[in-house]
Amino acid sequence: MDPASDAELVARCLADEQGAWDDLVDRYARYVYAIAARVYRLEPADAEDVFQEVFARVFERLDTLRDVDALRPWIAQTTRRCAVDTLRRAGRETSVDELPDGADEGLAQLDEAMTVHAALTGLSPDCREILDRFFTRDESYRTIGAELELPPGTIASRIARCLARLRDVLDPDAARAPGRKTPAHASGGKVRRRR
Amino acid sequence: MTTPEERIAALLRALPAPPQGLTEAAKELPAARRELETIVARIERDARFRALVAADLEQTLRVEGVEPTPAVVALLRRRLEP
Repeated sequence: MDPASDAELVARCLADEQGAWDDLVDRYARYVYAIAARVYRLEPADAEDVFQEVFARVFERLDTLRDVDALRPWIAQTTRRCAVDTLRRAGRETSVDELPDGADEGLAQLDEAMTVHAALTGLSPDCREILDRFFTRDESYRTIGAELELPPGTIASRIARCLARLRDVLDPDAARAPGRKTPAHASGGKVRRRR
Repeated sequence: MTTPEERIAALLRALPAPPQGLTEAAKELPAARRELETIVARIERDARFRALVAADLEQTLRVEGVEPTPAVVALLRRRLEP
């Protein structure tokens, strides 16, 4: 699914390969921001500061990462430390091991979400774009339709079809199972939310 | 009951795009490091300059002809840590 493992990505960064750092930032930008803004519920300006600080630390210390397969937990821990520092500066006593209510679940969900995002690379560029616009950029059918020059009704059906494809990328065994419902049936032909 | 597609949709929503510009700023870090090499070397050998940077990092960067972008500032703060 994913074109390169984290270990390969780290090796490319340490070799100063062109574009490697950009790829690392692209892979982890949403993750870092979500930990700061959603798990630790920092104010937007604080979450942005934490984001910058985390990537500066990762950039400076990447060569100290002992287990290159542990990039994601290392980045998560770095983000947690920066978020906790921010909370302390704001006068909220807390420790790195002391997460806000529901944060454990939130972190676990983000790890699962990272797997789903990685699976997006197994879709066509059109599917990736439409899912990204609708689910992560929060654009309406109308906005997406205007940008892609498609009727809003077509956007809804494409989203349903692309979600079904993503489901198959994530679970190829189920996709090959006999009697599998078609995408339209499987999703009920509907995608909830904005019109 | 949640369908697999609804579950996937929820997970896609769990990782919203960061505000515009943040990701691009982080991508500037390699260029920022190159730009900062001279300044960092001076900080290491010149205590007075180091104090100036610590007192007003962004203004010192401007005086030295370096644009204090978020990436540059974050990186230099990291270098100034004990």
